Amino acid sequence: MTSSVFFGLATIAYIFAMILYIAYLAFRKRAVGVAATTITIAGFASQTLALLMRWAEFKEIGGMGWVRAVPLTNLYESLIFFVWCLILVYLVIEFRYKNRSFGAFITPVAALALAFIDLTGMSKNIQPLVPALQSNWLLVHVMMSFISYALFAVSFSTGLMYLIVRSEQRNEASYIFWTVTLGIFVATLAAMGLDFLTFKVAFMGKQELIRSYLFKASFRSESTAVVAASLAATAGLIFVIWRFGYLLKTIITSFNISAEMLDELTYKSIAIGFPIFTLGGLIFGAIWADQAWGKYWTWDPKETWSLITWFFYAFFLHIRLMRGWKGRKVAVVAVLGFIAVIFTYLGVNLLLSGLHAYGS
Amino acid sequence: MEKEKDKTIIDKIWDLFASVRTAVVIFALISLTSVVGTIIEQQADPEKNIKVLAKMFGLGHDAAHKVLDILDTLHFTDMYHSWWFLALLLLFAANLIICSIDRLPRIWKLVQEKIHPVPADYIEKMSINKSVTIKGKSAGIKEKITASMSSIGFKPAESAEGQAVQFYAEHGNYSRLGVYITHLSILIILAGAIIGIYFGYNAFLNLPEGETSSVAYRDRGVELPLGFELRCDNFEVEYYPNTEMPKVYKSWLVVLKNGQELMKKAIVVNDPLTFEGVTFYQSSFGMHPDGFGRGILILKASSKDGKAEQLNLKVGDKFTIPGTAVEGHVRDFSPALSFDENGKAFTFAEQMVNPAIYVDFSDKGVQKYSGWLLKRMPKTWALPDGNRVEFLDLWGVQYTGMQVRKDPGVFIVYLGCIIMAIGLYMTFFMSHRRVWIALTEEKDSVKVLIGASANKNRASLERKIEKMANAISAEHKGGK
Repeated sequence: MTSSVFFGLATIAYIFAMILYIAYLAFRKRAVGVAATTITIAGFASQTLALLMRWAEFKEIGGMGWVRAVPLTNLYESLIFFVWCLILVYLVIEFRYKNRSFGAFITPVAALALAFIDLTGMSKNIQPLVPALQSNWLLVHVMMSFISYALFAVSFSTGLMYLIVRSEQRNEASYIFWTVTLGIFVATLAAMGLDFLTFKVAFMGKQELIRSYLFKASFRSESTAVVAASLAATAGLIFVIWRFGYLLKTIITSFNISAEMLDELTYKSIAIGFPIFTLGGLIFGAIWADQAWGKYWTWDPKETWSLITWFFYAFFLHIRLMRGWKGRKVAVVAVLGFIAVIFTYLGVNLLLSGLHAYGS
Repeated sequence: MEKEKDKTIIDKIWDLFASVRTAVVIFALISLTSVVGTIIEQQADPEKNIKVLAKMFGLGHDAAHKVLDILDTLHFTDMYHSWWFLALLLLFAANLIICSIDRLPRIWKLVQEKIHPVPADYIEKMSINKSVTIKGKSAGIKEKITASMSSIGFKPAESAEGQAVQFYAEHGNYSRLGVYITHLSILIILAGAIIGIYFGYNAFLNLPEGETSSVAYRDRGVELPLGFELRCDNFEVEYYPNTEMPKVYKSWLVVLKNGQELMKKAIVVNDPLTFEGVTFYQSSFGMHPDGFGRGILILKASSKDGKAEQLNLKVGDKFTIPGTAVEGHVRDFSPALSFDENGKAFTFAEQMVNPAIYVDFSDKGVQKYSGWLLKRMPKTWALPDGNRVEFLDLWGVQYTGMQVRKDPGVFIVYLGCIIMAIGLYMTFFMSHRRVWIALTEEKDSVKVLIGASANKNRASLERKIEKMANAISAEHKGGK
């Protein structure tokens, strides 16, 4: 039995958990909530097992020590680890705050990440480590980066929920901001789903082609009509969310999630994530770069984008702590910060070139 | 009058730099220009960027060329070394310094101010407060309170004013300076970077096996004396078994001064050699421009009864397996041998991915057999007659490519990193916590009033105070 079986089980579990958490939000049946938590825990256990198995397989193949054999060397493995961190942070929150409603906002992020893995058809094979990655810094640098990414993802979710709860009028800037953000998020998810359906049929076995086929069934289609229809559908979706967004607010508030709690969660996850990101992502990354390439900072796209992300969260902390800004303005910054994180992590690997091009 | 006016201008500039708004504008400018820098490949071939621009904005080649020309005039093609980007970074530093100087004295005064007793009604208004009434005399209770306070990490001081006794303590007073330590660390890192730019260099050196160099090269081939000599004894690529995946790039280096060997080290990626502040990093490799002709084949021939000899040959040379009359003739060399579907040999790369030699063997002049001996496949070394020819290396045809760096600022950068880690820890994981406990003796009881405050993570202090209050009241009940 290989690790991929347990990864598969975990993926299925998280998708079910997502459905159950959303159902729990909608129907408010305790049994549904308990089922959602149980499935999430089962998925998490399965994923943990899979991670350890992959680690052992990697150690075997690479013929090296445990520290160096950490399975965090390509986009596939890092996404898997991201999901693992995210679910871990979520479970901690669920048990500490005794509140399940966040699940409906966090499991979709996990499901999106896993769907992304399948869609882009990225290589799941264990590849032996290229010389540049053979360093003890790999473990700390990548692990800490992803722990901080997961915390930032939580702040994104809670920040968005805060905006949902705190917006009153449809013509308010914050209301429009969250509906558009959520709309684009859902549209991206849907477009990937569409790609998935199309390419499972059309390109079976040609995994390597799929990477260049992201959004080809919608926004990047050859046919202008399809592109126009996709854009129209996105606009329509945003409109629907905008029109009926207050329903979400009713649902969230009916679950004893107060705006203060969301604000605190957003702040706390950034206050923990920021130092971890600075130390693990930037400082350890710089030290490693210094050892491997002889330059601690080269302004390559990955580094530059992490710096931009760092600026975003530094800005968040300053306006929150110095200027005493609270509420919607800081929540918007938290949401935008995570968009920078996504770009640092995925956009750079997929769209830009640079020294960090291990992801493909 | 004139002086007054001057002062206002300076004040205005000061205020401008001390504002968070300015910081945000600088953050935004650095970020936005950097985004352009990540799209336009830096110091790259213009044609590459024209393609990127054309694809991204749907421009024609000429239009994209014009856009690139404009970007080039604005230094966007090498923006991180441009004067305006440096200016932005300096503005950022100035902002950081002025912001910190502007606020530090006030915080410093607050930090210096030691905790002191407060009136009872203050305690009742604190964000965390508890009140416990204990029946009986106050004898022994003081010790219990001091003990319970130290159990949660406070060292209490005591003050008495008439009948009212007060214990108070604080913790993490200096954690409020964490922000300034973090700011300082950024400045230290920037200073280290500037020292690196002005007093250090980045260069490269492609050193063929067996050769010695006393210089490295900067861009455009400018020579840079090292102050010593470096020799490359050997370069090897090790592959993962049965794959084309490189596992290790390794160069055996020797540092020489006046012909004396001063240091020897085999460098690999992630493990460089440093001598007199100059560091050599394994970064690439390649083939010597003179080609295979200059290479020396290193073979080890051994007979079946164990006689062995190491041989240094050229392609075309003949050799004899020791103790036998078997003669080998090296006919051909391939740096990257592979076989096509029909079993025909061909060379698939110019790099030494899979080096092989073709050898004809004859016994007393009679042609016996011939075949390929592959460096990476020891099973090809065994000959049908039981003799053995090991293909160890083709030496002297590869060069090792090294990054050469001298950076006297790097220690300052590391120091800044350590200080930053400390500053961040103080800022985010420590808090300034204060506790006051006031005792008031009433008729047959003692009223214990607990008040506490924390500038961060109040909830955790609240839990501790709760525990402490329970301990104080429970212990006393138990003792009764």
